[in-house]
Amino acid sequence: MIPSSYFFILSIILFVLGIIAFFIKRDLITQFMAVEIMLNAANLAFIALAKSHHFVDAQVIVFFIITVAAAEAAIGLAIILLIFRQKKSIKSQDISSMKG
Amino acid sequence: MAIFLFFLLSIICVGSILGMIISKNQAYCALFLVLAFACLGGLFGLLGAPFMAVVQIIIYAGAIMVLFIFVIMMINLREGISREKKKWTIALSVVLALVLFIELVFAAKGAAALGSGPEGSVSPGEIGRLLFTKYLYPFEITSILIIAALVGAIVLVKKREKE
Repeated sequence: MIPSSYFFILSIILFVLGIIAFFIKRDLITQFMAVEIMLNAANLAFIALAKSHHFVDAQVIVFFIITVAAAEAAIGLAIILLIFRQKKSIKSQDISSMKG
Repeated sequence: MAIFLFFLLSIICVGSILGMIISKNQAYCALFLVLAFACLGGLFGLLGAPFMAVVQIIIYAGAIMVLFIFVIMMINLREGISREKKKWTIALSVVLALVLFIELVFAAKGAAALGSGPEGSVSPGEIGRLLFTKYLYPFEITSILIIAALVGAIVLVKKREKE
């Protein structure tokens, strides 16, 4: 029997690592991957709560999160491809043309 | 046994995410992430959610990461991303992330103190029943969302016929 607090701690560690990866990495694709890590950390916390409270709805919510993440990945990668076609670069500091 | 599996999977998961942060090559980043997501699927299985474990491995480690790898292959940056970054931004982000970590630990203490319910895993049938009764409308709306995403992605990436 594993205490659910272990899972919470792991989920928090993953979320913080995702944030660190988002700020350290400088290209759009890897930053997008960091967002996926944060989504997964949230999923882990949801499922740990589903276990500790025997609350099945949390698993359904995780199902929806995964589906929305798939849609978001498709659109986000399409936008990244479009940016690469126009700017020939996917570094996030090169995309500053909207800055006043 | 379960606790040993938990520590093994969580160490592999955190280690592969650290590897992703350190690695410069985007394709390696994506492969590290596949490993991390597969380990998370194993953790979901440990938590008594076999359906979510399978969905995690098929959709995340399978579908979404393959999409990422496709895009990385299409972009194909030969020289890779150079490291021209300021040191202080890294230090600042790590310090702020640590502050957030402490905050979240305090927040999770309250959630974990709520106690634990009965043991047992949730069968896929139970999830399906909820999905088609209580969550029927969100489920149907999700299908519209996916169609919109599909059409949107095609329209965005399509090359214009005449400029």
